[in-house]
Amino acid sequence: MREIDAQDIAQLVETLCIEACCVLPNDIQNKFKSSLQTEQSPLGREILGTLIENATIAKEERNPICQDTGMTVVFVTMGQDVHITGGYIEDAINEGVRNGYTKGYLRKSVVSDPIERSNTGDNTPAIIHYEIVPGSDFHIVVAPKGFGSENKSGLKMLMPSDGIEGIKKFVFDTISAAGGNPCPPIIVGVGIGGTMERAAYLSKKALLLPVDHVNKNDTLANLEEQLLTEINQLGIGPAGFGGTTTALAVNILTNATHIAGLPVSVNIGCHATRHAEGKL
Amino acid sequence: MEQKVILEAPFTNEKIKSLKAGDMVYISGTIYTGRDAAHKRLFKMIEAGEEMPFDFEGQAIYYAGPCPAKPGKPIGSVGPTTAGRMDAYSPLLIEHGLKVMIGKGSRSEEVVEALKKHTGVYFAAIGGAAALMARCVESAEVIAFEELGTEAIRKLKVNQLPVIVAIDSNGNDSYEIGRKRYEIKP
Repeated sequence: MREIDAQDIAQLVETLCIEACCVLPNDIQNKFKSSLQTEQSPLGREILGTLIENATIAKEERNPICQDTGMTVVFVTMGQDVHITGGYIEDAINEGVRNGYTKGYLRKSVVSDPIERSNTGDNTPAIIHYEIVPGSDFHIVVAPKGFGSENKSGLKMLMPSDGIEGIKKFVFDTISAAGGNPCPPIIVGVGIGGTMERAAYLSKKALLLPVDHVNKNDTLANLEEQLLTEINQLGIGPAGFGGTTTALAVNILTNATHIAGLPVSVNIGCHATRHAEGKL
Repeated sequence: MEQKVILEAPFTNEKIKSLKAGDMVYISGTIYTGRDAAHKRLFKMIEAGEEMPFDFEGQAIYYAGPCPAKPGKPIGSVGPTTAGRMDAYSPLLIEHGLKVMIGKGSRSEEVVEALKKHTGVYFAAIGGAAALMARCVESAEVIAFEELGTEAIRKLKVNQLPVIVAIDSNGNDSYEIGRKRYEIKP
């Protein structure tokens, strides 16, 4: 049994919150630069250039890329041979969020109750997902999620007979209806299969994959490519003012499902789909 | 891009009429932040006939909830939020003198009609370019609803805040125009 101190978890989460909000992942930055070469709209190129400049300023000044530093989504992958000492893991993660958002001058955007809506003042509680795996590794990803893009996401319980065409139509319609609102160029996470909540979880997890990730399954790789091409033909473009760069990537994750169902979830990530990871 | 067009608040009808959807312009001078919670309150105050925290006449509201300021800085990162959530409140504010809104994303038919009727303009700032926009803010002061935290109304002095004319006073919508121009129908 390997022991991990709850305080070390809090410290790691604190560091990752600040890093995720201020440093845009390299794969997204590189995609901005390659899109600058292919974008056909002059205003679209101007906007892409601004986004590159913004990411540079954010990193240099250690200021958030976007003022919406999100609701903090935390993915914990923990070996079953790990024992947490000195406190409850959930409290430790929330302590890390509280400290990270305070010390990093990040915006506190969480309300305690969805109806009554009073700000908790420290961006807690985080949304925490756990996966228990064999062994004794401990891995955390902090993915602050802004709601401009979250609000435009969607889920549909398709019929098995809807098949690939039905999936394509739902993804395409969701992105088309979102237009310029979710801060394009977007990243599209798609979860297919499982139950309702598993599809939603997978679509969020798909946003963590690198934008140049290629699916190992040929059918899915093909579907990702077709969707990306068709989404970029919508004309929405950078910031929604027209152009050929509407999405940077489409990533799909799947799960076994029921004989009667085909759940599909689309989670939209903005151009600042932030995440930072660490290990203990 | 050609020569920079710099607009100073307050905004006159003449200035607003000269703006065309798709133009890139820079705003200097005083603007006010306000988003969901502040709009809800302003709307109720107008309905109740109460005095506004600032005179709307010729002014601009920037839909933004900034990050906290680091020591020695006037403000933290400050980019636009989705404007559509303010659609229910905006026509009444425009009716009461508000000339300019700065946000991101499309607006309702009612907002477009109010812009045409009262000669207003809706600008879009680039969503997510918030660290860059913080550099354009010279000073910031909370003038109302301090208890709303990031959603409080702040008076900002800005220098060349980059924006795009999203919907002009004739109701032309640069989101629609731009999307049609680059759309490839299957």
